[in-house]
Amino acid sequence: MNFVAPDFMPVVPELFVLTMACLLLVIDVFLEQRQRYITYGVAQLTLLGAALLTLVTYAHAPVTTMFGHYIKDAMGDLLKIFIYLSSAAVFLYSRDYLRRRDLFKGEYYVLGLFGVLGMMIMVSAHSLLSVYLGLELLSLSLYALVAMDRDSPVASEAAMKYFVLGSLASGMLLYGISMIYGATGSVDLQVVSDAVARQGADNLVLVFGLVFLVVGLSFKLGAVPFHMWLPDVYQGAPTSVTLYIGSAPKLAAFALMMRVLVDGLGTLQGDWQQMLIILSVLSIALGNLVAIVQTNIKRMLAYSTISHVGFLLLGILAGSPEGYAAAMFYAIVYVLMAVGAFGMVIMLGRTGFEVENIDDFKGLNDRSPWLAFLMLVIMMSMAGVPFMAGFYAKWMVLQAVVNIGLVWLALFGVVFSVIGAFYYLRVVKCLYFDKPEQSEPIHISLDTEIAISANGLLLVALGLYPTALMTWCATALLN
Amino acid sequence: MGFEKFLFYVFALVLVFSAVRVITVRNPVHAALFLVLAFFTSAALWLLIEAEFLAIVLVLVYVGAVMVLFLFVIMMLDINIVPLREGFIRYLPVGVTVALIIVIEMGLVVGSGYFGAEQYRLVPHAVDYSNTRELGSVLYTFYVYPFEIASAILLVAIIAAISLTMRRREGTKSQDPAWQVRVSRDDRVRLVRMMPEKKK
Repeated sequence: MNFVAPDFMPVVPELFVLTMACLLLVIDVFLEQRQRYITYGVAQLTLLGAALLTLVTYAHAPVTTMFGHYIKDAMGDLLKIFIYLSSAAVFLYSRDYLRRRDLFKGEYYVLGLFGVLGMMIMVSAHSLLSVYLGLELLSLSLYALVAMDRDSPVASEAAMKYFVLGSLASGMLLYGISMIYGATGSVDLQVVSDAVARQGADNLVLVFGLVFLVVGLSFKLGAVPFHMWLPDVYQGAPTSVTLYIGSAPKLAAFALMMRVLVDGLGTLQGDWQQMLIILSVLSIALGNLVAIVQTNIKRMLAYSTISHVGFLLLGILAGSPEGYAAAMFYAIVYVLMAVGAFGMVIMLGRTGFEVENIDDFKGLNDRSPWLAFLMLVIMMSMAGVPFMAGFYAKWMVLQAVVNIGLVWLALFGVVFSVIGAFYYLRVVKCLYFDKPEQSEPIHISLDTEIAISANGLLLVALGLYPTALMTWCATALLN
Repeated sequence: MGFEKFLFYVFALVLVFSAVRVITVRNPVHAALFLVLAFFTSAALWLLIEAEFLAIVLVLVYVGAVMVLFLFVIMMLDINIVPLREGFIRYLPVGVTVALIIVIEMGLVVGSGYFGAEQYRLVPHAVDYSNTRELGSVLYTFYVYPFEIASAILLVAIIAAISLTMRRREGTKSQDPAWQVRVSRDDRVRLVRMMPEKKK
C-alpha cells in the first residue's frame, strides 16, 4: 500500500480555524473578565484571516484532496465566505447582549469557532464520513451553546429537546449512510455517484438509504414534518445563540444537500424530487400559517424560517443548474435577512429587559427612525416585497420550478407567500402606526450600528442589483 | 452442523435473550448487567467472523469503561423507575405493532436479497493476517482527515461538558490540597496573650 502525503494547501482555511480555536481556548484561560474583549477580538480576527485565506486560494476548478474526503470548489468557497461574514456579524451583534446577560465568556467564542469549522467541513465534504463528522461538530457546538445560560430553565429545556431530536436525526442520517455504503461499497461521493449510476434507480437499498438521508437532513434543516424542535429552540435559547443557529448553519445545510443529493445521488433525482416536493409544500404551508398566530417574535421568526426552508427546497428539487443557483442565492439572502432580524431583536434589549414579543417593537419609529427603517427593510425583504432581495430570491426559485413544469407548485408558493406577508406587515404596523409603550433611549455601540445599517442596506442593494450575486452563484456552481 | 455454527447459535440465543432482558427486568442494575452480557456476546460473535480488533474494542470500551461508568451513575443517582414504567402494558400493543411493522418492512429491503451471506462471503485470510495492523495502516493515513475531525468533536465535547458543569459556588466545603500543603503556622495558630488571673 503506497502512501503519498496529501495536498494540504486546499485545507489551509480549516487548519487555520482549528488552530486558532485551540489557541483561543488557551488564551482565554489567562484572561480576566474585564479583558474578555481580547477573546472576542481574536475570534473576529480568526474569521477575517480565514476569509482572506479562502479568498486568496479561491478555487476556479474543483480540487479533491485528503484521499477523497475533501473537495475545494467555487461553490464551497463562496458559501464559506458568507459563513465567515454572517458569523462575524453574529459575534458582533451578540457582544453587548452577552455582556448584559453575564454570558460574556470565552466558551461562546470557542464553541462558535468550532461550529464555524464544522460548517466549513460540511461545505467542503466529499465523502459521507466528512459529511457526518462535520455535521456532528456543528451540532455538538450548538447544543452546548443553547445550554450555556444555565440559570434559565427555558434554555435548558430547549437544549435538551434540541439534543435528543438532533441525536435522533443523526441516527437517521447514519442509518441512511450505512445503507448507501452497503449498496455502493464506498463513502467517497464520487465513487458513490458512479456506483449509483451503474446500478440505476431501481436498487431498493439505495432508495431505502436515500429516505433516511433525506429525513436526517430535513431534521437538521427544520423542514416540516421534522420541524418540531425549531420553534422551541429558537425561543428558549439565548437570543445570541438563536442568531447563530438561524444564520450560517442554513448555508452549510444547503451545501450538504447539494453534496449528498446532487453530487452523490444525482441519479436518484426522480426519487428525492418527490420527497422534497412533499417537504417543501408542507413547510411553506405550515410555516406561513402558524407564524400568523405567534405573538413571540423569536417564535414567529422560527416559523418564518420553516417557510423559507420550504422555498429553499423548491430550488433544489427543480434539479436544474438555474434551480441550484436560485437556491444558493436564496440561502445567502435568507442568512442576511435572518442575521438582520435577530440582530434587531438583540439590539433593542437592554439590561434587565429583552425583546420577546412583537408588541415590544411598537412605536420604534418614534424612538429611533433609522432602526425602524432597517427593520422595515428586513421585514419587507422576508415577505418578498418587490425591489427587495427577498423578492428576487423567491422569484428565481419559483421560475426554476415553473421551468420544470411544476406550475401548481409555483402558484402554491405565491399564494402562501402572500398569506405570509401578513405577519411581516404586522411587525411593520407595530413599528410605524402604534404608540410606543416604552420611552427608554436605545443604546447601540457605534460598530454594531454601522454593521446593522450595512446589513439592511445590503438587502436593498441586492434587491436592486441582484445580478452580480446571482451570476457569482451560477458560475460557482458551474465549475 | 459444524462446531462453529453451533457456537454461533449459542451466542446468538444468549444475545437475543440478554437484549430482551435489558428492557424487561425491573432492577436497573440488573438491566445494566444484562447489557454487559449482550455486549460480551456480540464481541464473541465478532470473533467468530475474525474481526478480533472490533471484538476487543467492544469489550474494552463498552464493557470496561462505558458500562462501569453507567453502573456508577445508576447506583449514585438511585432513580426510582417505577413511575417511568407506568403504562407499559397499556402502550405495549401499539408499540409491538409499530415495531413489528418496522421490522418486517426493513426485513423486506435489507434482508438476505441484498445483504445476505450469499453477497457478503467471509474473505479468507492467511494465518499471520492482522486486522489491527490493517486498520492502523489506513486510520492514520487515508482516513487522517475524518480522524482529526473526530478528535475536534471530542475536544468540543470536553469544552461543552466542562463549561456546562463547572461553576464556582459560594460556601462549598471543598478541599484544596495545594493550599493545605502551603499552610503556615500563622494561618492556624493564634497566640493569645492573657494576663494570669488572680485567685481571689
